[in-house]
Amino acid sequence: MSTAVADGGTSAAPALIELIGVTKTYGQGAVAMQALRGVDLVVHEGEFVAIMGPSGSGKSTAMNILGCLDVPTTGSYRFRGVAVETLSRNQRALLRRNYLGFVFQGYNLLGRTSALENVELPLLYRGESVAARHAAAREALAAVGLANWEHHSPAELSGGQQQRAAIARAIVTHPAVLLADEPTGNLDTQRSREIMELVVALNRDRGITVLMVTHEPDMAAYARRVVRFVDGRVESDIRNPEPA
Amino acid sequence: MLWNALLLALREIRRNLTRSFLTVLGILIGVAAVITMVTLGNGATAAVSTQISSLGSNLLMVRPGQRLGAGRDTAGAAAFKLADASAIESEVSQLNGVAPVVSRTVTVVHLASNWSTSVVGSSNAYFSVGNWKIVDGRIFSDTELQTGKAVCVLGETTSNKLFGSENPVGGTIRIKQFSCEVIGLLAAKGQSSMGRDQDDTIVMPLRTVQRRLTGNQDVGMLLVSVQDGASTSAAKQQIEVLMRERRRIAANQEDDFNVLDTREIAEMLSSTTRVLTLLLGAVAAVSLLVGGVGIMNIMLVSVTERTREIGIRLAVGALEREVLLQFLIEAVVLSSIGGLLGMMLATVASIVLANLMAVPYVFGLQINLLAFLFSAAIGVIFGYFPARRAARLDPIEALRHE
Repeated sequence: MSTAVADGGTSAAPALIELIGVTKTYGQGAVAMQALRGVDLVVHEGEFVAIMGPSGSGKSTAMNILGCLDVPTTGSYRFRGVAVETLSRNQRALLRRNYLGFVFQGYNLLGRTSALENVELPLLYRGESVAARHAAAREALAAVGLANWEHHSPAELSGGQQQRAAIARAIVTHPAVLLADEPTGNLDTQRSREIMELVVALNRDRGITVLMVTHEPDMAAYARRVVRFVDGRVESDIRNPEPA
Repeated sequence: MLWNALLLALREIRRNLTRSFLTVLGILIGVAAVITMVTLGNGATAAVSTQISSLGSNLLMVRPGQRLGAGRDTAGAAAFKLADASAIESEVSQLNGVAPVVSRTVTVVHLASNWSTSVVGSSNAYFSVGNWKIVDGRIFSDTELQTGKAVCVLGETTSNKLFGSENPVGGTIRIKQFSCEVIGLLAAKGQSSMGRDQDDTIVMPLRTVQRRLTGNQDVGMLLVSVQDGASTSAAKQQIEVLMRERRRIAANQEDDFNVLDTREIAEMLSSTTRVLTLLLGAVAAVSLLVGGVGIMNIMLVSVTERTREIGIRLAVGALEREVLLQFLIEAVVLSSIGGLLGMMLATVASIVLANLMAVPYVFGLQINLLAFLFSAAIGVIFGYFPARRAARLDPIEALRHE
């Protein structure tokens, strides 16, 4: 079934993420739908993992669980050793707030709100001062190459720029993990490449662990490890010695 | 966290200015209506209260003829005489005084000025009974009263019309064929609740008016002032018995005079205005409730419309209570803004309407505070349900929402 061991056994870094026999079932009885049928996965700090698979393979469900937005039906998800499934909704929210950053296919920026205000959104919930929020948001915007666009609303930004702003929002809290769900799905090849280079740079320079769902092999090629889901299971887990 | 939520709410309101304004409108109108109604009502009540005190306390008016009403005979009743006043004074207990009153409308002249006003003939009791104060000069002497000398005391309006800014005391006015010396000036009382200028008057000794103006011994009305603490209804009853006796009315006949208790009427009037105020206020409060439902409606629409946004907020780590608070505060801020604007509108509307309706404008701190707090409370009550709905959204579903 799997062509490579999930944990390469070569790294001394502590396990950041650990899925142990995770299943996820939607609905009950006859209409029950099993999205995940026992997934084991270990991701270490600093990795760049692409998650691939056909639609319905369970990769989105896995992503939701990894993002602490959902919990497994059975099995365990350990985040830095903490069993996420035992946490309350609010505790999971705190976990997301402090350790995770999200990037979505549809950017999901707040409309009629400047790039700066969008980026500082996660900081609002961390109760930081206005000055600290502005400084951090400007720094994050500069890091994604939008230094001069902070007062533009999403409608005034191109698709690529919107995704950059979304990435800035994801990294403004200096998260341990960046979860990207088809981040280039709405972009042309050129824009996609730029976004991927940005993600690679964040992974390389800041040591942010990246988990990225994609169905494009071109994009997966940027990752150092590609996990393929089929039918709710991990079908293959391949290391890419020479990422793009 | 509260500060942040307030900031978020203000941002959201600013983001949807038109919709926010329309939402606010319901509360604005409700608050303005409540405050305006109650303020005007209080003004009317205050006007009636002023009227009560300017009438003099515990005043009974005894007039010939039956009280006006369907099928009542008002004509043909004999007038009172001065002796009736003396009889009441000596027979009825616990009185401050009895003033016989006869009045005529005449034209008075001073130099080139002339003015048509009502001349009242009475005794010195008229001043105490009617709660009149003398600001300059004096009241009548006994000799003047007994001999019917041509002296008079002017009301402020009459004085202004005839003497302008001059002091009228010591001056002389002409009334028909005779001249009359001004010996005193009355303190202003202002308008009565019916809008009549009470200061447009001249007071003379009863005998002077009887002799020189009416030409008979009739007294038009008796003003009876009852002592404080004494029962006006007991006095009224005694007067009725006494007058029936004096006017020789048989047991099976109705009174051919009537005794009006002015305070009773004034109290009735003011309690009527109070009830009306409450009623109007209550009707207006219903519109405030409707405004609250409007807020709930808009907030529910807003939650549905912003499902994705809520998903984003939850994804980046907003706690349930933070989302709840954001939406709740948004509702409260909206309704409070409505309350504030409503207070302003009410102030303007009350002043304008009070002017039009000739009632005094009385700023009611209580009703303003009450209406404002009520509007804020409406924000909490009607904002809670939509806010809870927002807070309980599943982030995954919310993010998928189109």
